[in-house]
Amino acid sequence: MSAETETGPDKIRCDACPVLCYIKPGMAGACDRYANDAGILVRLDPHVLLKRAIDQGGDLVPFMEDAQTSGDLVREREVFVTAIGAGTTYPDYKPAPFIVGSRVEGVDMVTVVTEGIFSYCGAKVKIDTDRHLGPETAAVRVDGEPIGHVTTGEYGSQMLSLGGVNHLTHGGKKEGRVTCKALLDLCNGLPVEMQIDGGAHVVVEANRPPIVNGVRETRMRVGCGSAAIGMFAKQWRELVDEVIVVDDHITGVLSEHQAGKFLGVPATGVKMRGHRSTPGRYFRVAEAGSGWGGTNLVDPLAIIAGFDPKRAWPGLRLLMVSTTGEHAASYVLDDELKPVEQELSPALKAAVERVQDNCEPALSSVLFMAGAGGSLRAGVTENPVGLTRSVREAITRVTCGGAPVYVWPGGGITFMVDVARMPKNAFGYVPTPALVAPIEFTMKREDYAALGGYLEEIRDVGEVSALANCRAIGARQDNPWPLRPASIEDA
Amino acid sequence: MNARQTMRRLPDGRRLHLGDGPIDLIIEAWGARAAVEAAYAAAMARFATILDELCAELPSLRAPSGEAAPKSPVGLRMARAVAPFAPADFITPMAAVAGSVADEIADAMSAAATLDRLAVNNGGDIALRLAPGQSFALGLVDRPDKPSLFARATLNAADHIGGVATSGWRGRSFSLGIADAVSVLADCAAAADAAATLIANAVDLPGHAAIARAPADSLQPDSDLGPRLVTRGVGALTPQEIDAALGRGMALAEAFEKSARIRAAALHLAGRTLTMGAVAALEAPMGRANAAG
Repeated sequence: MSAETETGPDKIRCDACPVLCYIKPGMAGACDRYANDAGILVRLDPHVLLKRAIDQGGDLVPFMEDAQTSGDLVREREVFVTAIGAGTTYPDYKPAPFIVGSRVEGVDMVTVVTEGIFSYCGAKVKIDTDRHLGPETAAVRVDGEPIGHVTTGEYGSQMLSLGGVNHLTHGGKKEGRVTCKALLDLCNGLPVEMQIDGGAHVVVEANRPPIVNGVRETRMRVGCGSAAIGMFAKQWRELVDEVIVVDDHITGVLSEHQAGKFLGVPATGVKMRGHRSTPGRYFRVAEAGSGWGGTNLVDPLAIIAGFDPKRAWPGLRLLMVSTTGEHAASYVLDDELKPVEQELSPALKAAVERVQDNCEPALSSVLFMAGAGGSLRAGVTENPVGLTRSVREAITRVTCGGAPVYVWPGGGITFMVDVARMPKNAFGYVPTPALVAPIEFTMKREDYAALGGYLEEIRDVGEVSALANCRAIGARQDNPWPLRPASIEDA
Repeated sequence: MNARQTMRRLPDGRRLHLGDGPIDLIIEAWGARAAVEAAYAAAMARFATILDELCAELPSLRAPSGEAAPKSPVGLRMARAVAPFAPADFITPMAAVAGSVADEIADAMSAAATLDRLAVNNGGDIALRLAPGQSFALGLVDRPDKPSLFARATLNAADHIGGVATSGWRGRSFSLGIADAVSVLADCAAAADAAATLIANAVDLPGHAAIARAPADSLQPDSDLGPRLVTRGVGALTPQEIDAALGRGMALAEAFEKSARIRAAALHLAGRTLTMGAVAALEAPMGRANAAG
């Protein structure tokens, strides 16, 4: 969308097409596609259809590109109607906006398509970094408002829990608005800047490298310092006398480590700071930070208290490397057993690159998590608990914009979905504030009848695809096809 | 084709979808394969510049009929379509914009190829062209958001119906009346569009408390209807009120039919449907049906 021009406090002029409509707040232009949302020109997304892209490269392909070739023959069973742009019938005593029938391999399938309004929803964010982002339970803020908190970390990653009903509707007005906007942007694949209380400034964007305190993360660590020693001990053994892998979690020391002992690496007399856990493994060698290996170290030698003259020798070769290989330095002990930095030899450079190569790309990943409430379920069936049971028994498949979801065990329909597997801009919001997310329930027609579905509302998939405001897009190759029969379960 | 336009074949492989700004056409032609392809090529070629042509003379098109002289081919169709109604009613060429675009594309296609049948659907206003001996089955829908048929008709080539248009306050354009839908069959889509607009305006209960209205320009600042009150909501009506409102619309429809401006009409309000006119097959079915073809 190109820029719009403000023409007053209320109406805006849309320049999406030459009609140049003036649009009042809350109203749409002549096309019904662009609207004024509190002074901002927004695109009302057309209803999105996923087209099964058998031959396509695996990513979402804008329909326009393959429509250039006319004669786009697609069989009906290869079109799946997503709930994106379907609209909602909240408060849902009416049938869902689209109940679509299609025939798949001889079986009549029904997909109930609706856009759910979720007050009980949020995002679980995994940020691949060893850097300390903030203490557990510290508030995560956007524009100064708390939108969530730091939660328990995972291997090589920091975790944030964002949104939820307390920030969305039970906090202050601005808190709710900012939380809603941040969730919407995150889920729609836009970058969101966050400040963590007592911690880092982070830019999170789904499926993109995180930016921590202005530095873009590139690699996820290969393992903790101890694991790295185990993995590379044999290769390093040939090149140096001692290796210290600096890690905020567990710093590893080759000569003391089980792996070094096994290879017959002689003791070097290195005296480490921090708290020794088991041989060759040290906790808390420094404070957490965004320096070497997720510590606050700028000079790694700060974690070495000295060398025992009884064991160390002048000319001892030492490599210090972080768990990602991002930081590395080599030293040789002088006559006073003081480490003197040397340029990395080509062989050591290669060894450090090997560590780097073994690190996966660091990404932020965003899982949208929400619970389908009672009224949404009533849009699917006259007997809402029937839907819950049917989902529980895997008779009904739940998808979110065509993407697979994980349904939590226990009561209700609480699900998580990787927003990166959903079509772009699949999410919307209502001023409540709450998020609007697509949700589709797919099952056999007879199962739909059995759970009290609105059979008379079923429309043929061809009829829905013909609606002028439908947009077809290629389905992602890495998503299981939502209409596959239930017998072919998710791999 | 410019970036804002959509030109594509729908997933069924048969129909053509052309979109540009507020114009959204679903086109289907029947006939020999080469003829259909030639017709689609002609439709795309003609479509490429239509919106720009119209926008270049928007002020003339939004002025009351007779006050300005549009010059573009579609603008001329619009002006011609509304002129017969102007002496009695307020109308601007915009009342026929959808039908006129549909006619323009249909005629471009007909000129390029010999087809059996042709339908150009512009958001519910449809230009039809039938070769001798051909027919169309038509289903009329009251609520675009929740389609169900309120009437069907079979159109034969001999009926000389070139257009079907539907107007109502729930539709995309504003209405001065309360009809859920008024569908009109006429010689061309432009005439049907203009007449449907006026008949839908006439289906009304002026001053009724259950009807919410707002000045058109308070909703769309550049509406051709200016400060005229347009319908925003219709509350509960008694059967007598429904009949009275439909009666006003029927009176106008009959006058239009007598002066040969329309061929038939179906008026739908709060679940009640009245039909009139020359096409015998136009009827309100008892039950609901799924699709029209």
